[in-house]
Amino acid sequence: MPEPQPDPASADVEHGSTGRRRLGLLFWASVGWLGLIATLAATADWLPIPDPTRPGVAPARQPPTLHHLLGVDVLGRDMLSRTIHGARVSLVVGFSSIAFGLLVGGAVGVLAGYFRGRFEAIAMGTVDVLLAFPALVFALALVSFLGPSLGTVTLAIGVLSIAPIARIIRASTLAFAQREFVLAARTVGARHRRIIVNEILPNVIPAAVSFALVAVAVAIVSEGALAFLGLSVAAPTPTWGSMINEGRTVLQDAPHISFVPSAAMFLTVLALNFAGDSLRARFDVGEGRL
Amino acid sequence: MAGSGTAHLRDRADALLRVEHLVVEFPAAGRGRKVHAVSDVSLDVLPGETLGLVGESGCGKSTLGRAVMQLPRPTSGSVRFGGQELTALKGEPLRRLRPQMQMIFQDPISSLNPRRRVGDIVAEPLAVWRSGQSHGDVQAAVRAVLADVGLDYDTAADRLPHQFSGGQCQRISIARALVLEPKLLVCDEPVSALDVSVQAQILNLLEDMKARYGLTMLFIAHDLAVVKSISDRVAVMYLGKLCEVAPSDGLYDAPTHPYTAALLASIPVPNPEVRPGVGGGTLSNDLPSPIDPPSGCRFRTRCPRAGQRCAEEEPVLRHCGDDHWVACHFPVGKLGQALSHTGPDAMAD
Repeated sequence: MPEPQPDPASADVEHGSTGRRRLGLLFWASVGWLGLIATLAATADWLPIPDPTRPGVAPARQPPTLHHLLGVDVLGRDMLSRTIHGARVSLVVGFSSIAFGLLVGGAVGVLAGYFRGRFEAIAMGTVDVLLAFPALVFALALVSFLGPSLGTVTLAIGVLSIAPIARIIRASTLAFAQREFVLAARTVGARHRRIIVNEILPNVIPAAVSFALVAVAVAIVSEGALAFLGLSVAAPTPTWGSMINEGRTVLQDAPHISFVPSAAMFLTVLALNFAGDSLRARFDVGEGRL
Repeated sequence: MAGSGTAHLRDRADALLRVEHLVVEFPAAGRGRKVHAVSDVSLDVLPGETLGLVGESGCGKSTLGRAVMQLPRPTSGSVRFGGQELTALKGEPLRRLRPQMQMIFQDPISSLNPRRRVGDIVAEPLAVWRSGQSHGDVQAAVRAVLADVGLDYDTAADRLPHQFSGGQCQRISIARALVLEPKLLVCDEPVSALDVSVQAQILNLLEDMKARYGLTMLFIAHDLAVVKSISDRVAVMYLGKLCEVAPSDGLYDAPTHPYTAALLASIPVPNPEVRPGVGGGTLSNDLPSPIDPPSGCRFRTRCPRAGQRCAEEEPVLRHCGDDHWVACHFPVGKLGQALSHTGPDAMAD
């Protein structure tokens, strides 16, 4: 005697309430901000803004005016132009370093969580060593060895992101690898690669993506910290971190020089966090009922 | 209760599944300590037969079921499936046998991937084994097996597991297990997580599928009432050992092991006049730790009839009636009395 089928009408109601959760205004505002920053950064060369490295476009430390909407810095360079060009470094470093970390750390985490055993012991031992290593010392060493450049900063932050990402992904993989649908796939005779691709990854990726967005925010702040210490892209190329650093000495006379890049970084990080959180909530399938 | 011994195995060459001296141990916390999950269990299942395996939680029955599937492999012992020694097979040869033996699990939610659509879940075994098949053929096969378990392809295939009830999820699991038309189906407490009314539906469905697909089943449960309705033969397990093996009716009519008697006495009777525990005596204490099981008969710490001999000597399964086997020094009931009169071990052969 079969149970009654879910009739389409009631199932659609259920679908509407749990499956298609609305992403909400906050998410779209965040995506809008990130999109705006990304577009401006990508098209910066064609925008009608002054050269970000040309000094003396206005009296130094001039606060915001109609001609220079965000004011000018200590050398008389246009702050709007510098903030937009600085976004390039921040965004490129933020996203590519985490993409690198996700690729390496994600692979290590999934394999460790799925296969367990000796590989897991070695991989996670290495990860623990990486975590224990002082991040700043590592970045300093790498930069002094390879020289400050976009690639070096990305590599440094990317390598540093491997360990936490591997841990998170391993934990998430562990939780799913012990579920019975994985055992069911093994009783069917599916090979490991097939199980990882079909059963594990679809469950791990959504969590990984939302975590990655938060990690991008951390990476952007880290780039700022490295730039602040002069370990990022060499001057005069603007980055948000180096701009904050330049404004530090004149914080009392011309607070806008530090404040403008700080605000840009703050909004971007906040937007990334909101977007990550909303995505995680949105793609959380309704489990645990029953 | 020891349950060691192989006297109860039927001497037949056509047994689909024959498990001998199966041992499964897991490392436990502490140096050299082990969980003795399954200790020297032997079983056989003939083609078309349903063997019920009962015991309380933690007695090793699920571990036994998984060891039969070689997931994970048993520590020692033999598992022969259709004449093939599974414990000797590795890698590809073992994988090639897997479609012939399938398993359904206790938790209907956990046994379905929450992110895959039902149509893909049921088609997955076909994707593994018949990758050359056309999309239309796969869909037809999935449609047919879903219809067999009482689900409609058009409404179900595009949905995710969480949009179904527990009973429906269990139907989907059964469909996935049957789509490759296996010979052996290991059911690991398939109805324990379901409401009683749905339990009956799923049990009926399993009976139907057994007839339609010509299945042989190893049916694991902790509920004697559930096992009775579906099994031809029942094996009672306690702390990694077998206590009693008998045809379903024989076991319920004449429980001979004190543990079986206590289990049967604990089945609630929907009659306020009936006092619980009359006849078999209820069990006191908890299950002893499988890390450090009692010496001799493992049931002796909870057995109302335990004597000195039970601590010293492990009882072996011996014949006590019509295909009825018990591992006890002091068996109960009418078969037990007959056994005591003839003296211990007199009927062992």
